[in-house]
Amino acid sequence: MTLLETKNLTRAFGGVVAVNNVDFQCEKGEVTGLIGPNGAGKTTFFNDITGLDKPTCGRVIFDGEDITGLPPYRIARKGIARTFQNIRLFKELTVIENVLIGLHFKLGGNPRFVAGMRSFLFMGKEREEMVERAYRALDFLGMSDKANELAKNLPYGHQRELEIARALASDPKLIFLDEPAAGMNPNETASLVGLIRRIKDKGISIVLIEHDMKLVMTICDSIVVLNYGNKIASGTPEQVRSNPLVIRAYLGGEGND
Amino acid sequence: MVANVICPVRIAALHAPCRQGFFGIMASFFQHFINGITLGGVYALVALGYTMVYGILKFINFAHGDILMWGSYVGLFTYNAIRGSAGPGAFSIFAFFVAMLVSCVFCALLGMSVERVAYKPLRKAERLAPLLSAIGVSYFLSNAAQLLFGTQSRKMDYPFDNSPISFLSVSITPHQLMVLAVSAASMAFLIFFINKTKTGKAIRATSLDQDAAALMGINPDRIISVTFAIGSVFAAIAGMLVSLDIKIYATMGMMLGMKAFVAAVVGGIGDIAGAVLGGIMLGLLETFGIAVLHIPVGYKDSIAFVVLILILIVKPSGILGKNIREKV
Repeated sequence: MTLLETKNLTRAFGGVVAVNNVDFQCEKGEVTGLIGPNGAGKTTFFNDITGLDKPTCGRVIFDGEDITGLPPYRIARKGIARTFQNIRLFKELTVIENVLIGLHFKLGGNPRFVAGMRSFLFMGKEREEMVERAYRALDFLGMSDKANELAKNLPYGHQRELEIARALASDPKLIFLDEPAAGMNPNETASLVGLIRRIKDKGISIVLIEHDMKLVMTICDSIVVLNYGNKIASGTPEQVRSNPLVIRAYLGGEGND
Repeated sequence: MVANVICPVRIAALHAPCRQGFFGIMASFFQHFINGITLGGVYALVALGYTMVYGILKFINFAHGDILMWGSYVGLFTYNAIRGSAGPGAFSIFAFFVAMLVSCVFCALLGMSVERVAYKPLRKAERLAPLLSAIGVSYFLSNAAQLLFGTQSRKMDYPFDNSPISFLSVSITPHQLMVLAVSAASMAFLIFFINKTKTGKAIRATSLDQDAAALMGINPDRIISVTFAIGSVFAAIAGMLVSLDIKIYATMGMMLGMKAFVAAVVGGIGDIAGAVLGGIMLGLLETFGIAVLHIPVGYKDSIAFVVLILILIVKPSGILGKNIREKV
């Protein structure tokens, strides 16, 4: 079943077309890889889906619902979480506070007044529940012992993991990981592979941007390749690996379609 | 009018007689200290509004002082309406606090409306645009007040007998006690709110990284509204506190607003603890500047701006501010 679908998604910055007519599908419960050389439009594509940026034209359909052009907080509330290529934690807050903010919209909404005030003030039973949930998210990453450290004091690998914990806390249906292995050493990458598998086992679908080909080929169920904003290939890792267009895009050669 | 501007909180003994001996020196020290932190408490309350808005939107809300002025007018009218002809006493105190509440609600709505009308449409514009818009709002608010309420200044009567209480030759007025208590309670509430509540966390997250916060499901528009509401409530409280001592007039927010802005910058703009520290420091400097350095009372207002110039030379990010590079 298709969880996320884009139809003719296009984003032009003036004359530069960063994303050009991309049809993209991601199946429920699968890991979908999004690869392509630098500047291929992968992050713009992520931004257009998660609402940080608005597509010039085309549609984004999530779980049967058109979410094109919604503000990011509404899209997040529908169950799409993401991490960033360059880590964007709330650096001056503690680890547990970062995760609690990931849980923000799980409280509130449009409740009756008393419940509304209680959630506004974040008190009582809700607070305990939220803290417990935040600890569960940290446990999943094995970092509960660092709950009260400031995010900025964590080592780099842990900061990346905390970003994932924060994204997971709200039980999203889909999580976008933007180059999670960037800057990681082989050990950290290996544990990242395990982590992605465990996220998948929880039934959460994943869309992954990654340059580490070994990682992409091992864990992705399907792969989409972008080059200069165009989708040039899609399919299983085997199909993509042997696609001549993809090889040309990565190794250089005479233009492309 | 000038005299009003100079001393927002009338202090018990500005020119206490020169005391002799160790005990005398200690007594005058404590006297000036009390006067200073009372004054500083008011600056801090107003400075919090500047600093919170700066923390989230990275711009100075120059209309903040005028929101305070409007709050004072609304508070004055409510106070007089409830109080009627009652003299100082319990009923007047009750009337005063009801008026403060009304003023807070009014200012919260005014602050949120100003943001919606004058700043929100400019959120993606160049950084100078909302700043100019804020100056425009400031002129609009003070001129509207002049048009509606006239140029005559008005006086709010003390709801209690304000004769100083003396203890070991240090004297403090009931009004000063109230200023201290109310501003300390307000700041304690704010610190609790920002650190312990869900909305407070969302405010901190939004001020650290608005996009990332939005991706966590936080609605930045709502958080910005809440921030303006809180800042304006603090302006309303400060306005009510000073209105008992100074007269209320259409441009009263100007100098108080400027000094509170200096306090926020000195403490480190964007930092809540910094605004409190900056406010109290400024209050103390003004009081001790007159008492110890014998700066003529007429030049009192210049102290704040000398401090501003010094801090901008020595540590432009403020005492508690961190040197953060501009985000690209």
